[in-house]
Amino acid sequence: MASAHSRMRCGEFRTTYQADMTIFPTPLARQVAIVSVLLLLLAPLCLNAYYLNLLIQIGYYGIAALGLNIVVGFTGQISLGHAAFFGLGAFASAWISNNSGIPVFFSIPLAGLLTMAVGLLVGVPAGRIKGLYLAIATLASQYILEDFFARAEWFTGGSAGAMASPFSVFGYIMNSDQSYFYVVLFYVVLLFLAGANLMRTRDGRAFVAVRDHYLSAEIMGINLNKYRILSFGISSFYAGIGGALFGHYLGFVSAEGFTLLLSIQFLGMVIIGGLGSVMGSMLGTIFMVLLPEVMEFGVHLVGSNNTALTQALAYIKEMAIGLAIILFLIFEPDGLAHRWRMIKNYWKLYPFSY
Amino acid sequence: MGEAVQKTETKESILSINNIEVVYDEVILVLRGISLEVPKGEIVTLLGPNGAGKSTTLKAVSGLLKTEDGEVTKGSIVFKGEAISNRDPDDIVRRGIFQVMEGRRIIEDMTVVENLRLGAYTRRDREIKDDIDRVFDYFPRLKERTGLAGYLSGGEQQMLAIGRAVMARPEMILLDEPSMGLSPLLVKEVFGIIRNINQQQGITMLLVEQNANMALHCASYGYVMESGKIALDGTCEELLNNEDMKEFYLSGGDKDRKSFKNLKSYKRRKRWM
Repeated sequence: MASAHSRMRCGEFRTTYQADMTIFPTPLARQVAIVSVLLLLLAPLCLNAYYLNLLIQIGYYGIAALGLNIVVGFTGQISLGHAAFFGLGAFASAWISNNSGIPVFFSIPLAGLLTMAVGLLVGVPAGRIKGLYLAIATLASQYILEDFFARAEWFTGGSAGAMASPFSVFGYIMNSDQSYFYVVLFYVVLLFLAGANLMRTRDGRAFVAVRDHYLSAEIMGINLNKYRILSFGISSFYAGIGGALFGHYLGFVSAEGFTLLLSIQFLGMVIIGGLGSVMGSMLGTIFMVLLPEVMEFGVHLVGSNNTALTQALAYIKEMAIGLAIILFLIFEPDGLAHRWRMIKNYWKLYPFSY
Repeated sequence: MGEAVQKTETKESILSINNIEVVYDEVILVLRGISLEVPKGEIVTLLGPNGAGKSTTLKAVSGLLKTEDGEVTKGSIVFKGEAISNRDPDDIVRRGIFQVMEGRRIIEDMTVVENLRLGAYTRRDREIKDDIDRVFDYFPRLKERTGLAGYLSGGEQQMLAIGRAVMARPEMILLDEPSMGLSPLLVKEVFGIIRNINQQQGITMLLVEQNANMALHCASYGYVMESGKIALDGTCEELLNNEDMKEFYLSGGDKDRKSFKNLKSYKRRKRWM
């Protein structure tokens, strides 16, 4: 029977349960991931500071976006306070390394854990409420933390801000874009692999079950409260690490940076990238970081001597973000990750349509 | 009815519900004193019209009432000698009762295997893979479906929901309308498999059904509910031959429709109860 069929591969077929559960869906995906990490390792050698800066931004925002995706995309909760946790991570890492003599190398993960603890605390009431009420509760946590940043001078330096010492390993100080890039890349690879892996485990499946059918989840023995709180904790951990990397990159942390607007931008990254997709978190971040740059480039291209246009640049950037979110919600609610899957499926069967 | 009670007493019952009342939102009284016994290793069916409280009874056992603002206010539910009324659903699953909810409720965004693994959430042993194979032995057609569970047909989703219950290795499964929305042939197939699982795995089942004929042929003992009370109970042979059952649930015993005066109807009797 089988020999009568053509041997041409016309799709990815899995024949074992293991194949259904791998981190990378296809062998090609694994190879692409490895090659792109190798290429990124070479990036500091051939890219200038501008592009490296963009890549580093994509790195630390991407980590935070993945954290938000775990709570919003995978567990189906909502969080409007993600920027505050991002900021808490930045301040915490600066504070730990300045005041306790712990090197930055260790203060970054410690800041992640501290932020996670605060996130779990916020998760305790948030675990009991849903929908709009949860949105308001997380909004409250955003404002409480923002207020805390402005007032707690012992921790954040108040309105003056906090200095964050540079990252160093074995006495070698990594404060240039070239060297810091590797630090960020290390955390991105580590945390994205951890995130993809989390979704293959018993706990990852429990998150998705809580999102899709909380009644079915309960009936299978999953404790809803526990997983809602846990998702806030894990998400805060990612935000804390992202924030700490941000703080040590800039060398200075000020309370003004972590407003509600940044929280909304994180939500935008997750929605544009694709809710419930690990790779989508990265795609959405790339999109959101590059969009203002592309707008700026476009404005300069169209009218470098048109003063009205260049003056309006700041507004154009913000409007573009809003427009992008709206267009994605209308035309591609599943985000870039879904669009990518459709392109892949099209080429898999090319030249046949299905 | 006297004989029936004796029969249940001879077998050790794994679940007994003693005169429970269930109130929703602290005002709506739904169950008004329900008592039933489920003997270990048997299939017991719970029949009745819409709104009689069948699903509420199951939810009272599985603990799901809490999420719907319901509460067991009187009576007790005893499983393996321990009172389990008003406990959390996850606690009850760990004690060995697994509910297959009405309308399947599988996780559409997961594959078949992931859904089955999710069913085994409460387990941490290494035999999960063997159990997945066993579920595929019961439902061979599930093995061929590799995509997301949301793309399965209704019947396959129902099979997956039952398979997911088996994965938890429960001692008792509560089945809420497994025949809902299935073609008659598929209903036969699913009920056949339910019996197989009952006999081979020794899992006790409490089966809520609208398809009275099918349920009575599958189960060994039956209860009929009406507006929050047990109206009738007996072994399935007794119920199949009961005139009232024939009239109301089994599409008429005699071909010519009788006058209500001639019926020794439990519906009329109920009024002075």
